[in-house]
Amino acid sequence: MTMTLAEKIFMSHLKDEPFPGTKVLNIDAVLCHEITTPVAINDLVARGKDRVFDPEKIKVVIDHVSPAKDTKTAIQGKIMRDWARRHNIRDFFDIGRNGVCHAIFPEKGYIRPGYTVIMGDSHTCTHGAFGAFAAGVGTTDLEVGILKGVCSFRAPETIRVNINGKLPDGVYAKDIILKVIKTLTVKGATDCVIEFRGDVVKGMSMESRMTLCNMAIEAGGTSGICMPDETTVGYLWPFISSDYKDKSAALADFKKWWSDEGCKYVKVLDIDVSTMQPQVTYGYKPDEVKDISEMEGTPVDQIYIGSCTNGRIEDLRVAAAYLKGRRISPLVRGVVSPATPRIFRQADEEGLIKIFMDSGFCVTNPTCGACLGMSNGVLAPGEVCASTTNRNFTGRMGKGGMVHLLSPAVAAVTAIVGKIADPRKFKKETI
Amino acid sequence: MKTYGGKVLFLDRSDINTDEIIPAKYLTEISKEALKPHMLEDFKFEGFNPQDQSLSEAKVIVTRSNFGCGSSREHAPWVFEVNDINVVIASSFARIFRQNMFNCGMLAIELSEKAIDELFAHRGADALISIDFDNDKLTMTSSRSSKTFDYQIAEFDKALVKAGGWVEFADLKY
Ligand code: SF4
Repeated sequence: MTMTLAEKIFMSHLKDEPFPGTKVLNIDAVLCHEITTPVAINDLVARGKDRVFDPEKIKVVIDHVSPAKDTKTAIQGKIMRDWARRHNIRDFFDIGRNGVCHAIFPEKGYIRPGYTVIMGDSHTCTHGAFGAFAAGVGTTDLEVGILKGVCSFRAPETIRVNINGKLPDGVYAKDIILKVIKTLTVKGATDCVIEFRGDVVKGMSMESRMTLCNMAIEAGGTSGICMPDETTVGYLWPFISSDYKDKSAALADFKKWWSDEGCKYVKVLDIDVSTMQPQVTYGYKPDEVKDISEMEGTPVDQIYIGSCTNGRIEDLRVAAAYLKGRRISPLVRGVVSPATPRIFRQADEEGLIKIFMDSGFCVTNPTCGACLGMSNGVLAPGEVCASTTNRNFTGRMGKGGMVHLLSPAVAAVTAIVGKIADPRKFKKETI
Repeated sequence: MKTYGGKVLFLDRSDINTDEIIPAKYLTEISKEALKPHMLEDFKFEGFNPQDQSLSEAKVIVTRSNFGCGSSREHAPWVFEVNDINVVIASSFARIFRQNMFNCGMLAIELSEKAIDELFAHRGADALISIDFDNDKLTMTSSRSSKTFDYQIAEFDKALVKAGGWVEFADLKY
């Protein structure tokens, strides 16, 4: 029988099928952050079930509001710290060592092909970039994950998205995923896994694959997924080198997870990127997407570069290449949040931090920050932000504010002009 | 088990997301009760006023497609729960929201778009919905008429509701 990657993971992790159509899976990694986990911890304590199934498989970060902004967020952090100590959870990333969850956990090598990953966060789908089945869950599912190391799912169907052609200059993974969401709509992938295939994906870095998979949820998808290949091996090599005799042995092992030839897809989408323009959202749903030619000139008040979608080193490099030697418009404010301390340090060593600061950007510590309007970078009512994040819902970045989702390249040139601008019309400097 | 059914709140839009149901800024609350006054605070829709008295009497929400899309926050079902709304009826749900509802012992009922249209036809006419959980039926009664609909929920989700949620079910079984 032929199977998709997701089906293979389901088969290998199946613990129980309590009712037809419901699969209870063993979970390899339960990821936690300080917004959705404290409620789960408190509930477990209240139920007299303050246990963890395996402290080694639980990874914790404080990322959403960091450092704490008030008493309430300080308490959330404290609940996490006390709990991690109580249960000897050692992979705990506190302030100073912390970064945006979906950037820092892959960076630490916690995600492997064939893994099942859950987190109380909808963008957990990001980790599918490694050939894992990675799904966002609510607090109760997280609680059961912590307690028992299992989670229930309906058997997923897979949508295959073939991305081929030659990526034009100024067009990036973010533009591709916005186009995919526009095509599928915000509900088009509900209860499905989105499998990203094709030459463009093969040629992408892990960072770009994470950008693609990150926004699978914006089309309703349970997980994004990519086939684990040489690039995956290369990224993970520091963590797996003692498990394999060489890289080709690791690759051969990873390939067992690949979707079989002739497996069943519920839908196949073909996207040719050769003539694609940069993409920008115009409304309050992530499928409300237009070509940049229709959006150019839209005034903005703030530019935000960061988040689990586009706060990684290659995103900062792209933005800096446009910003080098230029100043941002005095009519806008720019905020950049490198997603992890390692990315921050690397950006510093490569001179990117200086470029951002010279151009007039504010550089913050690694945090979710403006992405969900909970701490720094909140918009005033009526204000507009050009943002590299993943959600443009009403009020997402502050009550009455509006967000245009776009790539780091578009964000950078928009900062320079003060209005949404087309990176294809700007010269990139070498950095 | 919780009690299901009662007065209806109609939300005539698709793709209502969890940020609209409960804005992110309230996610720093540790107690469910603290969420109560903020239900649907950022939901902008003509004729909808989150301060409306009738909101506090509603026990059931009837809405369109892809309800609960967006973030994984279980605060969305919770804000309904603490406002005594334990049933949402829609033509489709986002996966995480749907599972969160059943995991908390609440009902996310899917009906066809046609059936949803019929429910909406009762808007503004003192609509009441009663739920016959054991027989998978719901009845809409209003000053206009009364009609019963069959619905289907997964056996697993039904078992969760009976067990009082997923934590108890899983801790016993696994
Ligand atoms: S960066 Fe934004 S979308 Fe990503 S985990 Fe943080 S709040 Fe969520």
